[in-house]
Amino acid sequence: MMGLRPEEWAALLLSLKVSFWATLCSLPLALAVAWLLARRDFWGKSLLSALVHLPLVLPPVVTGYLLLLTFGRNGAIGAFLEQWGIVFAFRWTGAALAAAIMGFPLVVRALRLAIEAVDPRLEQAASTLGAGRWAGFFLVTLPLIAPGILAGAVLGFAKAMGEFGATITFVANIPGETQTLPSAIYAFLQIPGGESSALRLVGLSLVVAVGAVLVSEWLARRVAERIGRG
Amino acid sequence: MSLSVQITHKLEGFLLDVAFDAGSGVTALFGPSGSGKTTIANVIAGILQPDDGRVTLQDQVLFDAKARACLPPHKRRIGYVFQDGRLFPHMTVDGNIRFAMRFARRRGDPGEVVALLGLRPLLQRRPGTLSGGEKQRVALARALMSDPEILVMDEPLAALDEPRKAEILPYLEKLRDQTDIPILYVSHSVAEVARLADEMVILQQGRIVRQGPTEEVLSDPAAMPFVGVREAGSILRATVVEHGPDGLVRLAISGGELFLPGVDANIGSTIRIRVLAQDILLSLQRPEALSSRNILPVEVEALRMGDGPGAAVSLRAGEDRLLARITAQAARELELAPGLHCFAILKATAVAKSNIGN
Repeated sequence: MMGLRPEEWAALLLSLKVSFWATLCSLPLALAVAWLLARRDFWGKSLLSALVHLPLVLPPVVTGYLLLLTFGRNGAIGAFLEQWGIVFAFRWTGAALAAAIMGFPLVVRALRLAIEAVDPRLEQAASTLGAGRWAGFFLVTLPLIAPGILAGAVLGFAKAMGEFGATITFVANIPGETQTLPSAIYAFLQIPGGESSALRLVGLSLVVAVGAVLVSEWLARRVAERIGRG
Repeated sequence: MSLSVQITHKLEGFLLDVAFDAGSGVTALFGPSGSGKTTIANVIAGILQPDDGRVTLQDQVLFDAKARACLPPHKRRIGYVFQDGRLFPHMTVDGNIRFAMRFARRRGDPGEVVALLGLRPLLQRRPGTLSGGEKQRVALARALMSDPEILVMDEPLAALDEPRKAEILPYLEKLRDQTDIPILYVSHSVAEVARLADEMVILQQGRIVRQGPTEEVLSDPAAMPFVGVREAGSILRATVVEHGPDGLVRLAISGGELFLPGVDANIGSTIRIRVLAQDILLSLQRPEALSSRNILPVEVEALRMGDGPGAAVSLRAGEDRLLARITAQAARELELAPGLHCFAILKATAVAKSNIGN
């Protein structure tokens, strides 16, 4: 299909799957962290902020190696999770974890900016009308930050599609299991005569990236109209 | 329903230390900006926890520092109308009103409130497309539909220009007269307080300097420094007797008759008129050949010399009281003293339309 060879096709589908789950699973946690950073003052706030931003400043290889140390089969968390059959090392789930962690700072940042742009006094007004904290958040703040959530999700997805260093260090480059688009491009460039495959995948990456941006802009406009800011 | 407030709270520059009750009708919390009014409103709503004190609504404890009790805002049944409206921008007017109903203990019929505040044509609009006055009417409707036990309004008109204020005041009067929800009305405008409030509490630098029925406090010469010499004045209750062909309306007050322009009310209805102290002249004899037709026989009740060249004189006219501001020199020359009978003269056009209410 589309002139793609099976291994190229597999890399594309895997990348989409990894990025989808990485984005979906990191969003709720990113929302919670962003809310804490935007709306609460607590001891260790700057420490949390630094921790969240760590993947942005560390060499991706270091993040990948740290993941291997903690989530590998012999790592503290990895060994613990393996008892329940949850394995990250050298699996596509590991690629999703690596992508989620590398994209986390960007997603948190987008959500935090969105939350900070919502007047906290609106939630105050909601509380005087009888809405508890959760109701106030879900009925007032959440709809108002919907465009920000969307922007954060697209950013996280794009970052996951492009993640390379941490992924290849943590889960290697196994075709069909952990070989995402960037890993596949890298692999094709290592073998003689692989350039044409690499070029096709590069083109594909471009299409996916541009498509994601267009879709997100269209969605953002729809949301903005719905919440009355358009 | 009675709200009882006793608060001590450290604010920047001074200590807020107040105790007052607000019962049925409208109680005004009056004072200059930065005197602690909004802090009190926020404490009542539960948005702010004071350092010390106790706040109760009827027999329900809202806050008690000694018992370490503090009811969260959403469990208090306080309808809070904020100065800036604070409508939810992503909902229509209808959505904003329904938001309040969703959490109300007793779901009233929104139709009544919508009609009372004239909101029917606005229901499908978004807050971003409303004028300031319309926003405040929606905020009022929203607070009402949350089925509150008391309404707290924090300077609801302060952000509006004069024509908008004039547009909303009649709605507030209707609200006061047609519902039995007590209202705590926070304001720094004497004109609004005079038109709306039954009782008033004057706040200065975090302390209560005067409190009592609005008519008494406003006509008290001793309260003049807090109200402001240009704003000071008394409230008269008058009955409309006759609409003259020239637009002048004949009004009966307990101490005589007044002729004023710009009165909209029907014959037989009772209205409130705010008469500014600076618009009253005093004469020892009934003046003859004078252009003013509003001449009332009065008795001097109290006299207070100001720090400057002015003096405040409180006068009894039948059941009502008038406040006059004259020069101290005039007061001495006329030998004004409590018990003296004289005549108060009011120029008909001196009473602004905005100072005539229901």
